[in-house]
Amino acid sequence: MQETGTWKLKTGLAQMLKGGVIMDVINAEQAKIAEDAGACSVMALERVPSDIRAAGGVARMADLTIIENIMKVVTIPVMAKCRIGHFVEARVLEALGVDYIDESEVLTPADEAHHVWKHDFKVPFVCGCRNLGEALRRVGEGAAMIRTKGEAGTGNVVEAVRHMRTVMDDIRRLAALPQEEIPAFAKEIQAPLDLVIEVHNTGKLPVVNFAAGGIATPADAALMMHLGAEGVFVGSGIFKSSNPSARAKAIVKATTHYKDALIIAEVSKDLGEAMPGLEISKIPPQELLAGRGW
Amino acid sequence: MKIGILALQGAFIEHLHTLRSLGVEAVEVRTTTELTGLDGLIIPGGESTAILKLARHYHMIKPLQEMAKAGIPIMGTCAGMVLLANKVTESDLQTLCLMDIEVRRNASGRQVDSFETDLAIPDIGGEPFHAVFIRAPYIKHLGAGVETLARLDDGTVVAVRKGNLLALAFHPELGHDTRLHEYFLKMVRASKKEIAR
Repeated sequence: MQETGTWKLKTGLAQMLKGGVIMDVINAEQAKIAEDAGACSVMALERVPSDIRAAGGVARMADLTIIENIMKVVTIPVMAKCRIGHFVEARVLEALGVDYIDESEVLTPADEAHHVWKHDFKVPFVCGCRNLGEALRRVGEGAAMIRTKGEAGTGNVVEAVRHMRTVMDDIRRLAALPQEEIPAFAKEIQAPLDLVIEVHNTGKLPVVNFAAGGIATPADAALMMHLGAEGVFVGSGIFKSSNPSARAKAIVKATTHYKDALIIAEVSKDLGEAMPGLEISKIPPQELLAGRGW
Repeated sequence: MKIGILALQGAFIEHLHTLRSLGVEAVEVRTTTELTGLDGLIIPGGESTAILKLARHYHMIKPLQEMAKAGIPIMGTCAGMVLLANKVTESDLQTLCLMDIEVRRNASGRQVDSFETDLAIPDIGGEPFHAVFIRAPYIKHLGAGVETLARLDDGTVVAVRKGNLLALAFHPELGHDTRLHEYFLKMVRASKKEIAR
């Protein structure tokens, strides 16, 4: 008897991605560059977040031909994004055979109140969060992997740091609580009690947690690993830089050797220009992506 | 007894926890220096292309090959099995080429086809082993002297051993059943005696 689509298989694939870099790509050529650089997975997109930000309008699931072409050329897992709450986009991506779905705030939300009920799917989901409550709400809905949101497409790591520190601080706070205070804590962070109890007991999230949103340099990636990320997503940071292949390789090495400053120094040389960065405070509040989802 | 776990990318912490739960000293290995003084090595699941790129860049290929030749036991799980194989079907991936097997990557299909199943593994005795296959490689061809330890119901070979090398297509580190890790530790103890002699 073979069982497919189980929780263990969904969370297990995320465990295999740990210590690695997941790179945004918009065509087969970029996907090959990412794989050759040592990416553990690619995110197939029509536009990287910085271009989505620049283009404005409604951002939707990518053209399926783009995703299929990328799936054909790489052996590493291929992820793709659906809009928050758009369970039909998710079903389409599942039917196409993508390996992970990112229900992502980078696309324009399709539903203002409800996320996809991810337990119903065989394909695993990753979702963004800014704090422990949001992370556990997503896990409660069936997300088998979490990433902190950061602020995608900015090349500015400050929001990624804020979100990772908040999640880790929430966990440390919860782990130190006496048992009788756990229900009130669950109420405060608006998360399912059973998952809050689990985090209290284990001192960690129930699923793998990566960092995302604004990582642009090898040192950024290593910083996120130090703060508790189990791997990193790099979006615009690679293919919006002047030398994507060299930068991709350097970020992969810095993620593995994040504790070794000599190696990070070595790989950070001669990478050319990083992507242009955006000051978060200069972005109009309605254009910030991290506030999407709840 | 000190076991290293190749920690370049993938599920190395899970192996570390399993070994420590068995009371064994286990360490993460990211550099050639950290390869010295080990009695055994585990190459974990992860992405074989990513692990190989990093191993090659940091000059670990030759030391790993020398370790295997010196008779030090190595267990490869999933991506680790791909690294051990001599040949990868329809691919020019340069592996460690330590074991006379040919493997096909992602042989069961995409992630939605990943599966859990019970395997009969006579060498570890007792109950069937509940095995987790995630985008798993299958063994398509075995050379002389490579011993089959487990097959799927359809006959596909998913666990093999040759001398000091053990290759598994699935993930014993994701469950609570420690029998395969204990089997590997037996190989390590036997090799320590052999090397001492």
